[in-house]
Amino acid sequence: MLRLPNFHYHVPATVAEAVALKAEHGPHASYVAGGTDLYPNMKRRQQEPHHVIQISQLRELHEVRDEGGHVRVGAGLTLTAVHQHERIARDYHALAEAAESVATPLLRNMGTLGGNLCLDTRCNYYDQSYEWRKGINFCMKKDGDICWVAKSSPKCLAVSSTDTAPVAVALGAAIEVTSAKGETRRIPAGDFFRNDGIDYMKKEHDELVTSIHLPAPNGWRSSYMKLRRRGSFDFPVLGVAVFVKFANAKGAAAKDAPVEEARVVLGAVFSEPTIVHGAADALVGRPLTKESIEDAAEAAFKIAKPMDNTDYLLSYRKEMVMPFTKRALLKVM
Amino acid sequence: MSDHRVIPEPPKTVLHMKVNGVRIEEAIRPHKTLLEVLREDLLLTGTKHGCELGECGTCAVLVDGEPVLSCLVLGVACQGKSVETVEGMANGPELHPLQEAFAELGAAQCGYCTPGFLLTAKELLDRDPDPSRETMIAALAGNLCRCTGYLKIYEAIELAAARMRGVK
Repeated sequence: MLRLPNFHYHVPATVAEAVALKAEHGPHASYVAGGTDLYPNMKRRQQEPHHVIQISQLRELHEVRDEGGHVRVGAGLTLTAVHQHERIARDYHALAEAAESVATPLLRNMGTLGGNLCLDTRCNYYDQSYEWRKGINFCMKKDGDICWVAKSSPKCLAVSSTDTAPVAVALGAAIEVTSAKGETRRIPAGDFFRNDGIDYMKKEHDELVTSIHLPAPNGWRSSYMKLRRRGSFDFPVLGVAVFVKFANAKGAAAKDAPVEEARVVLGAVFSEPTIVHGAADALVGRPLTKESIEDAAEAAFKIAKPMDNTDYLLSYRKEMVMPFTKRALLKVM
Repeated sequence: MSDHRVIPEPPKTVLHMKVNGVRIEEAIRPHKTLLEVLREDLLLTGTKHGCELGECGTCAVLVDGEPVLSCLVLGVACQGKSVETVEGMANGPELHPLQEAFAELGAAQCGYCTPGFLLTAKELLDRDPDPSRETMIAALAGNLCRCTGYLKIYEAIELAAARMRGVK
């Protein structure tokens, strides 16, 4: 049996208490909400916190609030609650789509939005049992010092495997974190991640993700496409999130209305969700047509450099960037 | 897992929860999963352990009516909650209609995934007494079966649903 290692378990009553506990125990502590990412990792000794701080009971993390047009979604909402939420499903379709595509219904009943945003990066050389990893003398992400994907790589190349983060970046959402000092700050989702498989989030260790702020819906459209082997269970081996706003009174799609603002974001290709600037350049200022979509997909294809450390051949994952970007954009046409 | 990282066993916590309608009180260590508490402390071995990583669904139970994976829930996280396992489905000698239908239609072959399927299906029928095949497939997308090819499972759920709605 795969058993969890020993740890001290804390059940704080408030966010303030939770962050204070995390500050007290430093990097030897982990927050846990659904446990669907942390506990498998702990069973395989990929993560070995001495203190586990439960946060799913904190009511403050479960609210969905309208704040003058934009919507604040609590990080503690389960992925099931996110995709079933009427307002989210209507106005933030891509987020609902992404949440609904994560893992399985059982795991979505447990896993949370905040947990998925902070999901540990994944790699074929890392997501293995302790004995397996010991057999290759470990890797730099845990217990070792080499990257088996690219042995000369100075940094870890584990893959960002979250479905909701590319959408958050595409929508221009902000991620709110609270620190032990009691400070709350909002970090644009596009600045929250770092292209480093080990140090993949730009938040301090005591900072807790409390909510995500979604921009006011005013006609823009969004969608998400995910590549994986099975229609359930699997993490993305490619994700494409798109956001398109049109330049007319309502910002809505209309024949010949040029695109005013666009973001195409690739997930599961690097260690962070990655904005394809060339795709936005190809889309903005022109109506959304088959030609402009083709150009944007080409730009996404050009920058994608998947490594050989997930399911599927890397050549296939690279090849799929083109049709998946096209399909994501056709969905918002 | 080098030795300096191993910490001594933390003290036990007293867990109060309801299992299949019965109040229980059990002293457990915090790192024990609900699956381990059910099987090892409460001797309810109907809940099976499969991959123990969230990749198979065989350990599914209902916590406060919602299907979750007992291998990834801590026992101590179920403080004050109500847990339903496959042992709680039958009413005395009378099987639940889902259990009847699974047996009748051969929806249980080796049987290892069956408790997880039964509970996930039970929750589905509790909120949707007449689910479409599509809804059923989506609801059961987290439970793996390597024997039946799923068809017999869907047919058994349809039969049980019809009986529960009073359709002959």
